[in-house]
Amino acid sequence: MKALMFGWEFPPHILGGLGTASYGLTRGMAEQKDLEITFVIPKPYGDEDQSFLKLIGACNVPVVWKENSWEHVNYRLGGIMHPDEYFWYRDHIRYDFRRIGTNDLGCIEFSGRYPDNLLQEIDNYEAVASVLAHSLTFDVIHSHDWLTYPAGIFAKQISGKPLVIHVHATDFDRSRGNVNPTVYAIEKRGMDWADHIICVSNLTRNTVIEKYHIDPAKVSTVHNAVDPIPDVDSFVKEPRKEKLVTFLGRITMQKGPEYFVEAAARVLQRTKNVRFAMAGSGDMMNAMIDLVANRGIADRFHFTGFLKGRQVTEMLANSEVYIMPSVSEPFGISQMEAMQVGTPSIISKQSGCAEILDHAIKTDYWDIDAMADAIYAIVEYPAIYETLSKEGRDEVNKITWDKAGLKVREIYNRVVR
Amino acid sequence: MKNICFYFEVHVPYAMKRYRFFEIGKDHYYYDDFTTEQRLREYAERSYLPANNILLDLIQSSNKKFKCAFSISGSALEQLEMYAPEVIDSFRALADTGCVEFLAEPYGHSLSSIYNDGEFELQVKQQAAKIEELFGKKPVTFRNTELVYSDEIGEKIAKLGYKTVLVEGAKHILGWKSPNYVYNHPYLPKLRLLARNYVLSNHITFEFSNTSWDEYPLTADKFVNWIAQAPEEEKIFNIWLGYESFGIIQKDYTGIFEFLKALPTQAFKRGIGFVTPAEAAKTAPVDALSASYPFCWTGEEKNLSTWAGNQLQEEALNKLYSVAERVNLCKEKALKHDWLHLQCTDYFRYMSFKNAWGSPFSSPYDAFINYMNMLADFLQRVDAEYPTSIENEELNALLKTINEQEKTINELEASVKQLRARKKA
Repeated sequence: MKALMFGWEFPPHILGGLGTASYGLTRGMAEQKDLEITFVIPKPYGDEDQSFLKLIGACNVPVVWKENSWEHVNYRLGGIMHPDEYFWYRDHIRYDFRRIGTNDLGCIEFSGRYPDNLLQEIDNYEAVASVLAHSLTFDVIHSHDWLTYPAGIFAKQISGKPLVIHVHATDFDRSRGNVNPTVYAIEKRGMDWADHIICVSNLTRNTVIEKYHIDPAKVSTVHNAVDPIPDVDSFVKEPRKEKLVTFLGRITMQKGPEYFVEAAARVLQRTKNVRFAMAGSGDMMNAMIDLVANRGIADRFHFTGFLKGRQVTEMLANSEVYIMPSVSEPFGISQMEAMQVGTPSIISKQSGCAEILDHAIKTDYWDIDAMADAIYAIVEYPAIYETLSKEGRDEVNKITWDKAGLKVREIYNRVVR
Repeated sequence: MKNICFYFEVHVPYAMKRYRFFEIGKDHYYYDDFTTEQRLREYAERSYLPANNILLDLIQSSNKKFKCAFSISGSALEQLEMYAPEVIDSFRALADTGCVEFLAEPYGHSLSSIYNDGEFELQVKQQAAKIEELFGKKPVTFRNTELVYSDEIGEKIAKLGYKTVLVEGAKHILGWKSPNYVYNHPYLPKLRLLARNYVLSNHITFEFSNTSWDEYPLTADKFVNWIAQAPEEEKIFNIWLGYESFGIIQKDYTGIFEFLKALPTQAFKRGIGFVTPAEAAKTAPVDALSASYPFCWTGEEKNLSTWAGNQLQEEALNKLYSVAERVNLCKEKALKHDWLHLQCTDYFRYMSFKNAWGSPFSSPYDAFINYMNMLADFLQRVDAEYPTSIENEELNALLKTINEQEKTINELEASVKQLRARKKA
């Protein structure tokens, strides 16, 4: 079976959880030897791991016929793909996309990020999808997140192949309910056109059914998994006198940072043996600094700014508690990363990963008392720290992508008739 | 003649309230009275009262041939006295027939038999006194909390003067042996052991209304037939269950009460009688049962892992029992009351990863946090009475001095008088 996937990010150049999840899932699906995956992203950098799938950069697919010599194409794209592939795509341009600005090869420049003209990039991605749909053979189309739904729909319209869309998040999660109508329209159209919808948690599935009015029969949940950290043993806790409680993620409305600050203030009324850190950046950072000062706990509450790569894991490994009071979290991969390095985690019941984790403490995101109580317990009672650390690590190591891959495969088998 | 030995366990834990860490040192009341009362009333009305009425009827209509036994935990008795005294009255009516035996057990439904010998002894005595006070009969047969038993515990029980102990008919202890005989302790042959027939017992508690069970529906006729068809040499069938099996686990509408009503008639028809555990143990034992490690009637493995199977539970239990001696030195009533009820096994079960049925908490961690916060407060109170900086022995010596102060003064005064009298003379 051949699957054509549309994604937006792919490691190592990632901006959020979407890239990590796309990589993990395709990696897990590649365990199935009779499955071929072609993964399209707007802009590859050339250092992606292509050992288990074929990666196509949308920025290298011509959408407008330009006369070019083999040598010129080889000079321009040779490092990334074979020039013959370029000519093959060029022969399958069926529509007139000259309204879109293209380069000397007839290709569109993509940023591959989340720029201000995001909607335009989404439209351009759709144009690329039409060329690919004409030139490639595949049995099923799989679109990751709303940015790629239009591309998936166009590919379906052209090829007549079934469309599966993968909902990693909805706009209801990002906006605490104040959805952007344009985004909602794109999401809704994708869901209506899809033959099947995969959600990363039951929480997201319910949103899709209730807020987007989709027939529950065509919506399934496939929980995300987590990739093992290869050098997990190299992260060791530095001995410190004080315990560290860490919030790690974007400091935005969605993550509920203010509940963390309030919980911290309560814990500090009782014990002084603990420090709090908020790692990450976001539009609510200044408001949080204000709040911390207002509660009079600034001497024990620290902001680290944005962390990347190894720093993230180091920070997690060095903490006694990881906490994420997300108001609405479709899944939440960083919780799982914390558990991988043996850090007990406190998550909100409104997080998708709460559905599959037993060895994490779950509270309502607004329940500051419960959160404070949990922090206090982990800091004060060694037994609960050790149990959460050990059992949590064992539990999370059992959640692997190949199992998720098999579930996706079942869905493919159902829609490909 | 074959006999059925019925015994029903009556136990309800106090409902503990949500106790956050900010309360530590400020709030010393740990109970959620509303939930406790509501649950107890439900148990009383749906289970205890109707079942007691049926049992009384059975005893009277069978001309006292129907017999059974009860073990009622101290916490259940306290709650019944407080919220449903009519249940106590109906138990008393049963006691007055002379066909009902009341068993001894640790007062607080605790694991003290494992963790603290002194505490175990105190609780057993307290429970026996309470039973005698309420029902006018001193218990002669012992059943430990959750039927926890080992050779060592058997010794402790024998030392307290009990001649018969009820144990679980666990496969790993019995091996090829049948539970339907009387056994004895390996090196204290006078101590008789009765083993629970858990297969038959569980059919009533768990399978009665299970429509996917291949023997469904369970009728009294069928149940007694199983007993009648057992080998002729097997004389005693120990059917022991939680009393809430009638009316709570198996609801009224499943016909469980009709089953109970019909059972004796069916038994008498086949020449099967009823005995209390004390009577059952009069038969000569056939063999010894030995258990080096404690076993009980709960869980798949029938060991202590339900209450002490993970680090959370061990931590909580060790912290709790670390102050046993101190608490028993002190006289404060409220502290002693809390001490007894903090030991209740249910709270530890809620911390189990595999066996936390009926837990009011969302997870074992939640249960642990709540319990440890209460315990932290409790330990502070104990510490305030007797600071942990003083060693137990030193404390004992000091207390002895204080308690005997009066005696010593009297003695000294007497000798002063004597000396003065002598001087005058």
